[in-house]
Amino acid sequence: MKVPINVEVNGVKRDAEVEPRKLLVQFLRENLGLTGTHVGCDTTNCGACAVLLDGKAVKSCSVFAVQADGRRVTTIERIGTAEELHPIQLAFWEKHGLQCGFCTPGMIISTHFLLQQNPDPSEEEIRKALSGNLCRCTGYTKIIESVKYAAKLSKKGAAPIRRQQRRVSKTPYKKPSESTHAL
Amino acid sequence: MCAPRALLVLAGQMNPRPFEYHAPTTLKEAVSLLKRYKGEAKLLAGGQSLIPLMKLRIAAPAHLIDLNRVGSLAYIKKEDGHIAIGPLTRMADLEASQDLRRWCPIIPECATSIADPLVRNLGTIGGNVSHADPANDMPAVMVATGAELVAAGPGGTRGIAAEEFFLDTFTTALKEDELLAELRIPVARYADGAYAKLERQAGDFGIVGVAASVRLSGDGKCAGCGIGLTGAGPTVVKARKAEVALVGSKGDPGTVEMASALASDESSPVADLRGSEEYKREMVKVMTKRALSSAVKRARSRLP
Repeated sequence: MKVPINVEVNGVKRDAEVEPRKLLVQFLRENLGLTGTHVGCDTTNCGACAVLLDGKAVKSCSVFAVQADGRRVTTIERIGTAEELHPIQLAFWEKHGLQCGFCTPGMIISTHFLLQQNPDPSEEEIRKALSGNLCRCTGYTKIIESVKYAAKLSKKGAAPIRRQQRRVSKTPYKKPSESTHAL
Repeated sequence: MCAPRALLVLAGQMNPRPFEYHAPTTLKEAVSLLKRYKGEAKLLAGGQSLIPLMKLRIAAPAHLIDLNRVGSLAYIKKEDGHIAIGPLTRMADLEASQDLRRWCPIIPECATSIADPLVRNLGTIGGNVSHADPANDMPAVMVATGAELVAAGPGGTRGIAAEEFFLDTFTTALKEDELLAELRIPVARYADGAYAKLERQAGDFGIVGVAASVRLSGDGKCAGCGIGLTGAGPTVVKARKAEVALVGSKGDPGTVEMASALASDESSPVADLRGSEEYKREMVKVMTKRALSSAVKRARSRLP
């Protein structure tokens, strides 16, 4: 039997009817099309599905969508846009805090939660704060550097950062199948 | 908390079985739902153990009673003679509580060692205790501090001593229509404690964990001691012989060493991917030594 829920997702109130067993991550991805939140291990280990629930970082693969009824969810889509990156996103970009990018939305959500509580974390505090997020590419060194840089960028008085100021290609990405060049 | 990695091989299907969802807003309503669906219902607190188990279909309750809409189940306060903790108090709130750091440092110390910050934002002390997984850490703290666990049922409430609460793996003294309504830690019984945990990797269950609480009398002699072992048997183990060995001593290294060896003898760990029986037994000794030394040190620093 489906139950009605009303969840504020990224500032917009959304009404839906969901099966009680539907997980929050499934609701975000399948009902709302917010596919920035990833499903990695699906067993509360990897943190790729991290979102903010009433401002606290949680693993959305281990929360039922019905539990979010009447509550506020923030996903990676709300953190920044392609035109205007959030300082944390910019820091990950600048410091190469990602390779394949699968874990990145979760890393950024956890970093966001950390910096809200502790704007100037030590390396140990950063490592502890990210201990629920797994990355299989970087070996974490670059991620830690990114979080340190994000803390610096996020400090009061830091100049607003626009992506246009960086060396970013404006050419839209083409799938190989759409390419007119010989591969 | 988290799904044990050994179970991942079973994880073909990651959707729980369908269930009916109930969201009571009062404790009374929650108890009457429990009574109505006796044996077919599970209580949902933080869900960080239960939801993974439901996804693996190891747990498949027909009814899920969500306690998160019941107000006033999350609190930390000092009442006459004990610290009262609400069952829905999140691990993250135990960790951050300055009051608990002063009153009972073993609790925030243990909470910080559990899983990872994201899990701790949801995981609750009541869930960790009443789930009664022998690898869960809080049961050992309850046993070591001589806590009283308050059960609420249709007939009212009753207190259960922690040492009588944990019966077996995933099995407690709570009846089918009872829920854990409060955790009470006596202040004076064992004043200072420490939790020592050996982890294979961040966020995983511990290999073994040891909770130790001691009270020193004015002359520096140990007047009371409680020791609980995590991951060292089918449920939490109360290391009675080790406790007795410490009482009357000054908590000197020789006695701590002897008590640690006794705790190791009292443990009955099973071999799994975290280590052999022999290795775990040895680690119980090492971790008991660390927990006791640290507890004694804390207790000494409070002596006049």
